[in-house]
Amino acid sequence: MDFTNTQLWTFAFVIITFGAYLWIGYSNRVRDTKGFYVAGQGVPPVFNGMATAADWMSAASFISMAGLISFMGYDGAVYLMGWTGGYVLLALLLAPYLRKFGQYTVPDFVGERYYSRLARVVAAICAVFVSLTYVTGQMRGVGVVFSRFLGVSITWGVIIGMAIVAFFAVVGGMKGITWTQVAQYAVLIVAFLIPAIAISAKLTGNPIPQLSFTFSDITQKLNQIQIDLGFAEYTAPFQSLSKLNVFCIAMALMVGTAGLPHVIVRFYTVPSVRAARYSAGWALLFIAILYTTAPALAAFARYNLINTLHGTPIEQARQLEWVQSWEKTGLLTLTDKNGDGKLEMSPDAALSEIKIDRDIIVLSTPEVAGLAPWVIALVAAGGLAAALSTAAGLLLVISSSFSHDVYAKLINPKASEEKKLLVGRVTIFFAVCVAGFFGIHPPGFVAEVVAFAFGLAAASFFPIILLGIFDKRTNRQGAIAGMVVGIVFTAAYIIGNRFFGMPAFLFGISAQGIGTVGMVLNLVVTLVVSRITPPPPEEIQEMVENVRVPRGAGTAQAH
Amino acid sequence: MSDPKQAREAYWKKNRSLITTLLLIWAVVSFGLAILFPMTFNIGKLPAGFWWAQQGSMFVFVILIFVYAWRMDKIDREYDVHEEE
Repeated sequence: MDFTNTQLWTFAFVIITFGAYLWIGYSNRVRDTKGFYVAGQGVPPVFNGMATAADWMSAASFISMAGLISFMGYDGAVYLMGWTGGYVLLALLLAPYLRKFGQYTVPDFVGERYYSRLARVVAAICAVFVSLTYVTGQMRGVGVVFSRFLGVSITWGVIIGMAIVAFFAVVGGMKGITWTQVAQYAVLIVAFLIPAIAISAKLTGNPIPQLSFTFSDITQKLNQIQIDLGFAEYTAPFQSLSKLNVFCIAMALMVGTAGLPHVIVRFYTVPSVRAARYSAGWALLFIAILYTTAPALAAFARYNLINTLHGTPIEQARQLEWVQSWEKTGLLTLTDKNGDGKLEMSPDAALSEIKIDRDIIVLSTPEVAGLAPWVIALVAAGGLAAALSTAAGLLLVISSSFSHDVYAKLINPKASEEKKLLVGRVTIFFAVCVAGFFGIHPPGFVAEVVAFAFGLAAASFFPIILLGIFDKRTNRQGAIAGMVVGIVFTAAYIIGNRFFGMPAFLFGISAQGIGTVGMVLNLVVTLVVSRITPPPPEEIQEMVENVRVPRGAGTAQAH
Repeated sequence: MSDPKQAREAYWKKNRSLITTLLLIWAVVSFGLAILFPMTFNIGKLPAGFWWAQQGSMFVFVILIFVYAWRMDKIDREYDVHEEE
């Protein structure tokens, strides 16, 4: 094998960053279940914010989101607002109270608040399902980055990724995962910003993407080009989705975000209620740095690609180095369909002579902007950091749902501390293997499955946690009825629509947005059923009172 | 605030009204300005609706959380339910 300069740099970065993750995981190894599940509740708010941001921003956020926006224009905002707005709900409505409650998992809260083992088990199953669907994509992402940048097969890429995650998750638990995520945040944000700043400076002379996006005329020029080519304006709303769908998808993603167990659990790891509130602010700030850069990158890269390729003689385009390398991967296809020797882009796929995969937007920017090989290598390391950090957070939820909620709480409540910790370590190892298996053999419906994860989180967890805190009258009967109605409705709609050709009969709301309706149904059913059945026991109502005030969070910790 | 139960209720009421205000702003900048009623005059060189959808809403989200945390610090102290350092 002979390697290109870029590949050598990539090897170097991958070895350095992976070495750092292993070292951090090892130096934060844990000896008790509290360290294993909630990092000993000692993570300072700013660092928990970074860890949450790395946990939250997946391979998809890092690699695919800017590309997705660049193809959707205005409507791409569903992902931008949907994946950030949920943190406001989380910070104001859930995180501080769940921290005060202060146990280890989301099913802990559901089980105790609704004094029901059934509710705990249902919640644990939902948590495992949601997290497993999500982690599959992350493992795949690791494999894809390895194969694209290093020429290693996807299978080996996944196996290497698994080995790294397994090590710091098994040894370090939540504590190891948290501090590794802090490092991973640093890697991924630098890797995302450098190319974005470079392309911004190159096109507009202003290095700050948020400013040049708003104040330069690039987007106006892009609008003009789009019109000349027969596309709609880039900034015109509701071209790829209806207004109602934009509304419903944004809402479902926001509420789903606030209900995702691996996000909620991060707020159990801080020392106090006050820290939980600030930590949510830091988390969103760190996320917003990437999320406000992505739409600028999307517009700039689209402008730059069209400008460079459209109307250019095909032979001249093929002399560009990045065109050669991306044509080889199949992500960029140039065909001179009408034989005039020039490339022409068109909204009609049958006529368009330039075919661009959306993943190219982020991955090719450094080359297009003419940056040094080490920057390209850094982007590869950033993509890996994004995928690994998200995978680790999800694996912990899968593990704790089984080892804590099912094993320690239901099967063997008398288990010793050592035994519980051992079961935790074994299940996380097992979860890594399952995730790796699905990463190597991905089910063919990953996109549907992600819609499912958010829809389910929106329609199941969010309403009953919210009412569990804000409505004392909500009881077991109401919560269970609400969860069942929310889950069954949402699941039936998504499965029917995506797999059995059922039309989107509800005003054309897509599978991605239906979680919004499921959430409303859950809220209504829970409230109504709770009102017509006996109120929850006195001690539960007292518990709710207690969760509402910050004082005592330190002492009211997990038993 | 002699009766602790009453004080708690007053604290909770204050918290709820702060949450309501902030969530109203949250809904206006995202669902209002960016989705339901996108306006076409320019902010910088971008149409206002587009700017709120792809930039402005996210800045406001971050600010809202910090405002909540900061206001609650004061309210916690006012009602003496803050955590011991």
